[in-house]
Amino acid sequence: MSDLLEIFLTAGFWAATIRIACPLILGTIGELICERAGVLNLGIEGIMTIGAMSGWMWVYQGGDLWTGLMFAAFIGALFGLLHSLFAVHLGLSQHVSGIGITMLASSLSFFVFRMMLPSSTTPPKIVPFRPINIPGLSDMPFFGEAIFSHTPMTYFCFAVVPVVIYVLYRTPVGLAVRMAGENPMAVEAQGINVLTVRTAAVATGSAFMAVGGAYLTMSAFDAFYFGMINGRGWICVALVIFASWRPGKALLGALLFAGLDAMQVRAQQFTGGLIPYQFFLMLPYVLSIAAMIVMARRAQYPKALLIPFRRGERI
Amino acid sequence: MRLEPRESVSFWLVLLAPVGAIGVALVLTSGLIMWTGESVFEAYGHLLKGAFGSRFALTETLTRATPLMLTGLAAAVAFRARFWNIGAEGQLYCGALAATYLGTGLVTLHPTLMIPLLFVGGALAGGVVLLLPVYLKSKLSVDEVVTTLLLNFIILLFVNYLLEGPLRDPMSMGWPQAAAIIDEGVLPRIMEKSRLHLGFIIGVISAVMVWFVMRFTIWGYEIRAVGHNPSAATFAGISINLTVLRVALISGGLAGFAGVTEVAGLKGYLTLDLSPGFGYAGIAVAMLANLHPLGVIASAIFLAGIYVGADSMSRAVNIPNYIADVMVAVSVLAVLVSLMLTQYRVRVR
Amino acid sequence: MTVLDIKGITKSFGSLVANDNISLTLSEGEVLALLGENGAGKTTLMNILFGHYVADQGEIELFGTRLMPGATDAAIDAGVGMVHQHFTLADNLSVLENIVLGTEPLTSWKSNTAQAKIRLAALAEEFGMHIEPDKLVADISVGERQRVEIVKALYRGAKILILDEPTAVLTPQEVDSLFATLRTMVARGLSIIFISHKLHEILAISDRVNVLRRGCMVGEIATKDANRDSLAEMMVGREVSRPKVEHMEAGAPVVEIDNVVVSGGRGHKPLLDGVSLSIHKHEIVGLAGVAGNGQSALGDLLSGLRAPTSGSVRIAGDTVKDYSARSFIATGIGRIPEDRHAKGVVGDMTVWENMISENLREKPLWRFGRIIDFDACREFSRNLIEHFDVRCKTMEMPTKQLSGGNMQKLILARTLQNEPRFILANQPVRGLDEGAIAAVHERLLAAKRAGAGVLLVSEDLDELFALADKIVVIYHGNISEPLSVDEVTAQDIGIMMAGDLGHGKNLNRAGVA
Repeated sequence: MSDLLEIFLTAGFWAATIRIACPLILGTIGELICERAGVLNLGIEGIMTIGAMSGWMWVYQGGDLWTGLMFAAFIGALFGLLHSLFAVHLGLSQHVSGIGITMLASSLSFFVFRMMLPSSTTPPKIVPFRPINIPGLSDMPFFGEAIFSHTPMTYFCFAVVPVVIYVLYRTPVGLAVRMAGENPMAVEAQGINVLTVRTAAVATGSAFMAVGGAYLTMSAFDAFYFGMINGRGWICVALVIFASWRPGKALLGALLFAGLDAMQVRAQQFTGGLIPYQFFLMLPYVLSIAAMIVMARRAQYPKALLIPFRRGERI
Repeated sequence: MRLEPRESVSFWLVLLAPVGAIGVALVLTSGLIMWTGESVFEAYGHLLKGAFGSRFALTETLTRATPLMLTGLAAAVAFRARFWNIGAEGQLYCGALAATYLGTGLVTLHPTLMIPLLFVGGALAGGVVLLLPVYLKSKLSVDEVVTTLLLNFIILLFVNYLLEGPLRDPMSMGWPQAAAIIDEGVLPRIMEKSRLHLGFIIGVISAVMVWFVMRFTIWGYEIRAVGHNPSAATFAGISINLTVLRVALISGGLAGFAGVTEVAGLKGYLTLDLSPGFGYAGIAVAMLANLHPLGVIASAIFLAGIYVGADSMSRAVNIPNYIADVMVAVSVLAVLVSLMLTQYRVRVR
Repeated sequence: MTVLDIKGITKSFGSLVANDNISLTLSEGEVLALLGENGAGKTTLMNILFGHYVADQGEIELFGTRLMPGATDAAIDAGVGMVHQHFTLADNLSVLENIVLGTEPLTSWKSNTAQAKIRLAALAEEFGMHIEPDKLVADISVGERQRVEIVKALYRGAKILILDEPTAVLTPQEVDSLFATLRTMVARGLSIIFISHKLHEILAISDRVNVLRRGCMVGEIATKDANRDSLAEMMVGREVSRPKVEHMEAGAPVVEIDNVVVSGGRGHKPLLDGVSLSIHKHEIVGLAGVAGNGQSALGDLLSGLRAPTSGSVRIAGDTVKDYSARSFIATGIGRIPEDRHAKGVVGDMTVWENMISENLREKPLWRFGRIIDFDACREFSRNLIEHFDVRCKTMEMPTKQLSGGNMQKLILARTLQNEPRFILANQPVRGLDEGAIAAVHERLLAAKRAGAGVLLVSEDLDELFALADKIVVIYHGNISEPLSVDEVTAQDIGIMMAGDLGHGKNLNRAGVA
């Protein structure tokens, strides 16, 4: 037990928590934006994959890291537009369209990756984002390592949350997005095109997801490999429910989740093989299910989630 | 752009729309082939030959279609009732696990009893997995998409543990694989000099039976009613929870069947690469078939053809075989749109 | 001065012509009533004006300028405001948020809430409407929601206000106060289009009446030259024969609700708060009340969809133990659901499949245990379709393609063929045209003559007074004592609907028994 407590006292644990949380934060925020506008986006798993691949590939081909992120965001937004063509404009089942998008985005990632880099034995690498030294802060004991020795992209992930909160709750466009998820007819009756609002929200949310995927290949690691996302997208869908569709809670949820994940990696070491490692690896998935169970009764889901809006159809 | 519902939909339109859509999908993916620098016609020629061009190719395709048919049915039944079971991959492994448990020496019976025993065990194991998502959906309205998806990862890790631990075959020289299914439990080949096995016939029979249940029985009526309009179904006295439970057991059972056919029909023993994503591909199979059980037979063979053909194509010309997954994904999306256009007319103003 | 000029609007949905070459004009400071039955095309016309639909032909001029078709924002900018019949408000957002949406450019980086509140307060003051901007829409009453909708239109600077069936959800007293507000607006130069099928309201508020029938404009008349009968005839096009109501000796109780409480979940008021009510053989009891006062919970209770938290229900003297739709059907409860599209039929299944849904498990319809006998089912449906005059091209067509009236006849057929001892008729004629209304009412009266007890839930007092023997009023989950229709007036019921359930006691003699 004391071993467990000791984990919390190491700066490495907190640093790892922050690193693991980043892709989850962006994925969850992205999914949340889509769902707040009334569109479930099950394309998330594939969009994170293609974001990871395209951002990495941009840099591998000689591009700059930040433009690589923008490229990943652009590709993510494109798939978001595709999802909204099907799920918003044509009114197809959001479940089915999302699964189709995941299939398309991940298979395209693998195909393009193989095309551009025909099988090489050692995975090709890029120079990812480097941790930055914040003068004064990074040298602090404990906090320096835990909080102030991360890559710029890590700080970017955390900065996204307050911005999204501000936009959703304090600007006219945020109000339109929330309203589109609650009662699209109310948006339409105020002279705003629901389909445009939903399309924009899905494209934006998908861009965030893609950047979340790119974090893995451009900040956390330096290479792209298949199966890299490994269900993180689905975990984000669960986290949105856990967060009751609130961005602030989504940040907390992602951190909590990442903390438990970071802890299980460390706990594996001193259980001395008593518990097989596969059970530790299961924890994130088990926890996601548990999180949904805990929040199930309290969740205040957007009223118009999953309901397509067809303009001009008889009301 | 506006959509207007069509007043009447012709039967032929519904039947031909997916075929046309697949044609469109093939045209779209030929863009990728052009990018590789290979000739589109040559590439598709290799694909077609590799899938259906010889007796060997055909039997390989049908062998690959077997699990796809079963996971496709699993998805089709569940989606009909709007029960989004995305967990066929995990249920397949549970079926395989049950077959391994029962079929590697626990009991030894005559094949006429042994084989049915494996299937019953596999179906039960596949169905039992869904009890948790069904319970959570019915009692707490927890979304089953996420629970069934996440269970895939959990089950795969569990199988991984078993194969490295308690179930590892001592004769496997350290490879994570289980002992072989005893001879009595192995599914007989149905064509000489091929890998095509009894599982294919079981798949076809399952499809026909599912079609019969959906079309002609009270259960099928209830499943369709719940899928189209749950509140009207409740109002008419149909229990949603019971119907969903039934659907889940059938769906999980069919996915479990797929695990049995792979372990006892093809591989002979359980490994971690038993299924290269048959559970997920089953969703594509079901969607291409517009969730029709008999359509699943055709779309499973089509998909298997793409996978088998793409393997042979990638050996012949320089195109990564991941093209198969892209073709499947594009086909699924194209078919979805085409089926919607049979219901609606698009007006551009 | 003419503010609105609609010229030759035609709009069809598939083969249905909803508007056929309709023209009308509206002057400044005028209340124009648009009268017509359900399905006559009033709402379609207004939706075209407001840009929800695009007309196939014709054009609209506002203040002398041509209006761009199919653009709601253009209509709003030109000064049109619309209060939809089904409110277009988001429950989980505040009143203020609902009002300001769309008033600021979407590219703006900040919502100016403080200023919006000040403008809102001034507006509410000017027109004498009380609203609380910070409350959630979910927490305010139906009447308040309507005020929010009106203020929303005024906030956008509406000079022409369209009100689509605004009184359907109000008590008679709330209607009076709405009319007072409308008169203030007209005095300030606004013009109003008032859509309704209720003649006395139109006579009370409008200056001029335009009448629509089956998509065509059939007449225009100044209100001062009109009366109830002339308007009714213009609207329906023929003499309407109201079914004859004869009061009968009520028999034994068929359904007795005894002190039933239905909880509304943690932290909420109970949906039904100790309700007791008996319905007897040969009797129609009307349930009046503003929507959202517990009608749905009572409907669910009597449909077998919801068990009471406490209290009991007796059917024909036996206390109900199994609250399920199936057992209710089996004990002779016939149910007509509130929303026929949502609960009544499975729209994507065929007409005959919907016809058999309550008799699915009965012997002649299946063989070998669980296999449906298609021939027997079709025969069964064919008889009902004929007997109840359900008009459909073929019984193989998807039920969603039936008209509202025929869909309701299908539900009636399915329900009444089991000869129920009790019928829960929840808003049975909502949205139907006169012909279908008469048919449904005739069926209910016939069932009563044959010995059934009926609970008729309706928001339309005219319907209740026309059909019921007794009326009870529901308010906040409480039910008044039954009052004989002969001894109360619509005004009395209105007072009770607004919350004074005891009001009836002062005049009540019938309900004592």
